[in-house]
Amino acid sequence: MLITKLKSREDLQSLLPEKVFVLLCNGCKEVSFPEREIEELISEFLTADKVTGVLTTDYICNPENLSLRLKRRRAMIDEADGVLVFSCGVGVQTVSDLLEGRAVYAGCDTIRLPGFQGVTPLEYDCGQCGQCYLNLTGGICPVTACSKSLVNGQCGGAQNGRCEVDPNMECGWERIYRRLEAVGRLDAIKCPTQIRNFAIDANKSH
Amino acid sequence: MKITELFDRGEFVVSAEVGPPKGIHIDGLIEEAKKYLGGITAVNVTDNQSSVMRLGSLAVCRQLLDAGLTPIYQLTCRDRNRIALQSDLLSAAMFGIENILCLTGDHTSLGDHPGAKPVFDLDSVSLLHTVCQLESGVDLGGNPLVGEPPKFAKGAVVSPCSDSIDAQLAKMERKVLAGCDYFQTQAVFEPEKFIAFMERARQFGKPVQLGIIIPKSAGMCRYMNNNVAGVHVPDDMLDELAADKERAKAGITGVEIAARVIRECRPYCQGIHIMALGWESKVPALLKQAGI
Ligand code: SF4
Ligand code: SF4
Repeated sequence: MLITKLKSREDLQSLLPEKVFVLLCNGCKEVSFPEREIEELISEFLTADKVTGVLTTDYICNPENLSLRLKRRRAMIDEADGVLVFSCGVGVQTVSDLLEGRAVYAGCDTIRLPGFQGVTPLEYDCGQCGQCYLNLTGGICPVTACSKSLVNGQCGGAQNGRCEVDPNMECGWERIYRRLEAVGRLDAIKCPTQIRNFAIDANKSH
Repeated sequence: MKITELFDRGEFVVSAEVGPPKGIHIDGLIEEAKKYLGGITAVNVTDNQSSVMRLGSLAVCRQLLDAGLTPIYQLTCRDRNRIALQSDLLSAAMFGIENILCLTGDHTSLGDHPGAKPVFDLDSVSLLHTVCQLESGVDLGGNPLVGEPPKFAKGAVVSPCSDSIDAQLAKMERKVLAGCDYFQTQAVFEPEKFIAFMERARQFGKPVQLGIIIPKSAGMCRYMNNNVAGVHVPDDMLDELAADKERAKAGITGVEIAARVIRECRPYCQGIHIMALGWESKVPALLKQAGI
């Protein structure tokens, strides 16, 4: 079980480009979404003429379904400077991968709740760290795609683009660098030093 | 003495590395360091290198200091969380250790305790940030330190011949932004790659020490090519080492190769860092041949 929490207004404001296409996942039974708050925020953005289109759907972590739905909204997506996704970390990563070359922004942090955990039949994984880093990493999760869960860049161990721990695995930070380069967001490298917070408590923060 | 003072004076800084043993007797290590490394600027002490459990870096640094040498205390983030790292930094400062090198560290699965928990609570960048925080008199939790805060020359590493060079330079930039004062590099055998790297790294304005390994044999180099990230020994050097096994074994060929690399790279760097890997005794000859 996991829950998502809306990122702060300040965080989002400083992050987002002029125009966004909004993708809102309304669910699967594993995730509890802050639906009302997200709706409020979207209507604020709509009033401010920030939004080129909204797609509300479920299971955005299913790439086949999602790519069909996104195709139908291609024009709205093309009109925007980026895609803002309200979902758990897995959903954001699915969208980032599908819309390669396009800036994708995470609107939520994903936090673990004790109990049953959603099973994701995908290569994307979310460690429910509670401080979603996807906005700094081009939509690739550093917590799960890097063997050391590093949040400040590549270690010295990558060889031929592979991870020092498992040569069958691509180095997550090599992927992150290439993705940031492709979407023109290498400036994210100059963000302040990131420090994990292991004291995040789902009950307190919600 | 902080090695940054020497960089500031424009001196060419030479350091070398020693690895603590898996045991408690270090008379031999200290004697060798005094004999062969006494003339150089500073001596790095590795921190459970390659995730192999050994005597502690901090304790050996202290012994070197007592023996009249200048130690560089290497800290990795693999085995300790932010509380233990900060505590050890305070201990180092209390002992009078003024130079540190901040590393993320190899993964535990590569070492001799593969089942150990990999910590990585911090990484090289956030560790540098943490040291700056301590230097300002406040710990990472925001609590004031009592009395004069510690002051260190803060180093980090970079891998100039890595095949992920863009990601490495990006990380180097983050280290500079987090407060890094100087860099030591992974071992270089390809001067042209190092020079190309320095063209791009110069913008950061931080001193860089060229990393040097004295190659012992063609077999050792082949092993490094296959297993050590960011190290590549070109074929002509392998041939050179294989041509006369006796000369290679005596260290003559290896010292020649290393001295050549140093001479070619010297105009582009601010010092060298020698990883002697047991060949500390060859360091004086190497420096002589390299003209340092
Ligand atoms: S950074 Fe990774 S683990 Fe953390 S919330 Fe985002 S997707 Fe999940
Ligand atoms: S090699 Fe890449 S994926 Fe592996 S631990 Fe280092 S940075 Fe992370």
